[in-house]
Amino acid sequence: MAVLELKRISKHFGAIEALSQVDFELDGGQIVGLMGDNGAGKSTLVKIMAGNFPPSDGEMLLDGQPVHFHKPVDARVAGIEVVYQDLALCNNLTASANVFLAREQTRGFGPFRILDDRAMNERARELFAELKSETRPAEKVRTMSGGQRQAVAIARTHLSRAKIVLMDEPTAAISVRQVAEVLDLLRRLRDQGMAVVLISHRMPDVFGVADRIVVLRRGHKVADKPIEASSPEEVTGLITGAIRVA
Amino acid sequence: MILMNHDPSVRDGADTSPTPLGRRTRAALHMKRGLAFLRTWFAAQPFWVTVAVLIICAVMSWLEPQSFPTRDNFFNITRNFAYIGIMALGMMAVIITGGIDLSVGSVMGLAGIVCGLVLQAGHSWWLAVLAGLGSGALCGLINGLFVAYVGLPSFVVTLGMLAAARSFAVVLSENKMIYDFGPDGDIFNAIGGGEIAGISNMVWLLLIMAFVFGFVFRFTPWGRHVYAVGGNEAAARLAGVAVNRIKLQVYTLCALTAAIAAVMVVGWQGSAINALGTGYELRVIASTVIGGANLMGGEGGAYAALIGATLIEVIRNSLLMAGIDSNWQGAFVGAFIVLAVLLERIRGSRAD
Ligand SMILES: Nc1ncnc2c1ncn2[C@@H]1O[C@H](COP(=O)(O)OP(=O)(O)O)[C@@H](O)[C@H]1O
Ligand SMILES: [Mg+2]
Repeated sequence: MAVLELKRISKHFGAIEALSQVDFELDGGQIVGLMGDNGAGKSTLVKIMAGNFPPSDGEMLLDGQPVHFHKPVDARVAGIEVVYQDLALCNNLTASANVFLAREQTRGFGPFRILDDRAMNERARELFAELKSETRPAEKVRTMSGGQRQAVAIARTHLSRAKIVLMDEPTAAISVRQVAEVLDLLRRLRDQGMAVVLISHRMPDVFGVADRIVVLRRGHKVADKPIEASSPEEVTGLITGAIRVA
Repeated sequence: MILMNHDPSVRDGADTSPTPLGRRTRAALHMKRGLAFLRTWFAAQPFWVTVAVLIICAVMSWLEPQSFPTRDNFFNITRNFAYIGIMALGMMAVIITGGIDLSVGSVMGLAGIVCGLVLQAGHSWWLAVLAGLGSGALCGLINGLFVAYVGLPSFVVTLGMLAAARSFAVVLSENKMIYDFGPDGDIFNAIGGGEIAGISNMVWLLLIMAFVFGFVFRFTPWGRHVYAVGGNEAAARLAGVAVNRIKLQVYTLCALTAAIAAVMVVGWQGSAINALGTGYELRVIASTVIGGANLMGGEGGAYAALIGATLIEVIRNSLLMAGIDSNWQGAFVGAFIVLAVLLERIRGSRAD
């Protein structure tokens, strides 16, 4: 059974139909590449799954049960985490402070509680080790490379033992070497049984790492198939509209 | 140790090597931690400001051995920066979130008049203190509501409060000085004017408050969230930090420190005038910036506020003793503000 199932999801913003009647399924241990031209509705789909706004129509099932997210926290509690396009991190804080932001570990007694940085650094160190990343917990994010920043953002999702990780263009603004690092991180998440959605414009990234590909065009789903059954040429055609459906 | 550590992240800064913990001896680890602590400390602005304060004091003691290094002068200097330092602590919280509060001087004036009026009406000292603090906190709450929930720039909101609170103070006082403090006047005056062990109560209060603020900034989740809001507000919000609530709290806290300063200063002077605190916003903001706060948010700490306020007062006092017209003080403070930001910029560009 699918971890997350979206049935005939539509979303309009006034007169704009950002998504129409989209069916979408996510399985654990699988990376889905989500592609489409600018304005095709990719981010809208991710935002619906992340609880940023509700769909105009259609339903969402989590482990077979209908769910309604009213705010991002609802989705997070349900085990859905988002890594945002612009890597939402606080540069002035350490890697571990970012990983634990708004879910800090504390020690003390009763209402007198102080931050337990030692424990948080230790846990962050483990998370980075799991991700095989050389990110140092006590170092400030300001001085880190794009790949390390990705590791911090992904470790956040790991901390909560998320079942589903949604990534909106994680490789948009980083160097080639760092892209390889990020793709490795995604494979590791998949191998640990997570369902991963990767939005990307970069064909080699998607074909290098995804198990399944979904293409959106003007709010409609025009393809949903195993990666082996498709090709970069076909996907390009689907994105531009040269091929209608596949 | 806690106060000096103005940086929220240096505690485990020594663990810069990926080697597993177990392979190092404890002593080596401690040593490395200590060295890293020193390194961060040397790189930090509060350290250099502390050095500047010590140098100025040494030079002045040498030039003016009769008047500068005396108990009386020490008492005066410390008391004179104490109330600015108290306000700078609250201001620091606002500035770390990336905001600014221009209304602290006016809020201080209003809170002082409220204290005076309550005492004049014959009420008890604690009611006067409560009313003073309450009126200040209320101003801060209004600032915070407009900044956090209406989304107006803090510069605009607190500029409005600067005008409004001062006007309230003038209206409430009917533009008269209040000095007849009623039956509890002596107790009230003893709070702000008294001394313990040869040090002004105001200075003791500053030290206690600096310790508490330093602790809260560095060791509590709330403190960390204050830094997070200033570092990247959108990221903090996405992570689940209650950004609006934090903002509301820091503006309220800042105005509350202005009211605390008012209670102390009115008691010390034994009278309340509606012009109390005029222009103090500049000295308070200058203290935080000179101490090492970043006006863009995300950087600063309790010790920075304390040492920034100290430097300004030591300079003022030195100019006075050197026989330089005290009107030059503004020029010096101004130069120091620009210098402080310039240094920060240079260090920042080297780090990147
Ligand atoms: N909050 C919004 N309000 C109005 N229109 C929106 C909003 N978000 C997205 N849209 C519109 O919905 C369509 C799909 O956008 P989006 O999902 O961001 O596309 P993509 O991420 O695939 O580039 C676009 O036409 C966009 O202008
Ligand atoms: Mg998008």
